[in-house]
Amino acid sequence: MPKRIPVVEKILSANDRLALKNQSRFDAAKVFAINVMASPGAGKTSLIEHTIKGLEGRLRIGMINGDIATSFDADRAKAAGATAIQINTGGNCHLDAVMVQLALSQLDLGALDLVIIENVGNLVCPADFKLGTHKSVLVASIPEGDDKPYKYPGMYRGVNAVVINKIDLLPYVPFRMDFFKKYRSAQPRRDPVRTLLPDWGGSIGLAGMAGGAGEGIYRVLRPVLEPGLPRKYVNPNCCNCLCFDRS
Amino acid sequence: MHELAVTESLLEIAVRHAQAQNASRITDLHLVLGQWSSIVDDSVQFFWDIISDGTIAKGATLHFRRVPVLLTCQDCGKEYQPASEEFACPNCGGTHARVKTGEEFHLEAIDVEE
Repeated sequence: MPKRIPVVEKILSANDRLALKNQSRFDAAKVFAINVMASPGAGKTSLIEHTIKGLEGRLRIGMINGDIATSFDADRAKAAGATAIQINTGGNCHLDAVMVQLALSQLDLGALDLVIIENVGNLVCPADFKLGTHKSVLVASIPEGDDKPYKYPGMYRGVNAVVINKIDLLPYVPFRMDFFKKYRSAQPRRDPVRTLLPDWGGSIGLAGMAGGAGEGIYRVLRPVLEPGLPRKYVNPNCCNCLCFDRS
Repeated sequence: MHELAVTESLLEIAVRHAQAQNASRITDLHLVLGQWSSIVDDSVQFFWDIISDGTIAKGATLHFRRVPVLLTCQDCGKEYQPASEEFACPNCGGTHARVKTGEEFHLEAIDVEE
């Protein structure tokens, strides 16, 4: 006779299970970890570079960079002062928990406070592969256009914060900020997310652009920077660390 | 997307639960799939037919129970189903919502033979 067995088990891929293990390693070492995602050329590396420089002497930073080829980005992070590991995905369009686990074996987590993982430039696949980080950040940039949140809802719905980069190109590129932000603010999510619009007025230039967006990422890093909060506060289920004023 | 990994996980869960009950064959799997889950059921079915071959779940039928998106307005507390491109609360116009249901993907039950 056939019989029914109740299961009620969430179907996690092997990747998600491994991501939980990665997170346990971060937690055990009291390291706060973020996953930085964006399309190619949005300015992830510049943002990270300036963040590393800006936090010099305050946090010990490790950087894991994923790219299909080259170690350009890890080299830039090293030059900026971080311990950097390059992962060449050899064609894979995203980082996964296995690659991060391998990179972690090359990092001395006990000697770090913060790990920044720079994902492969892509607005689709990285959203589906958890890495074990505590928070995820999306770098959007003005030249990409204002319709990206509508075209890539999975990515925009899943992140904890958005940094808008290359804001100084606004006068030169058609970009309806209200259209972009309308979706952002109306987009429902499990975690409160804010659009972080960096307020700065540099000239057009990479350094200026990334420096400005750097202000945004500091707010994401509030849990490890804010003196009032426990310095190594890591609770992925708590929203307090990203609760900014509603705009 | 990336349904192969997910389907492998599904097979592992189903076989584990069946074996724990000493079942000899799995005939049906009852899945819950949220409207906003990124899973494509046709792809799962496609991979399922291939990877279940040679296991106690060979030939088992996949049943998908679909769960619509339900949002909770963080401003007025009302629960509502959003329109396709408009997420604002129909009650107060609020634009801060949390997903209550619609992102699920889990295995609810399996039917087995002794």
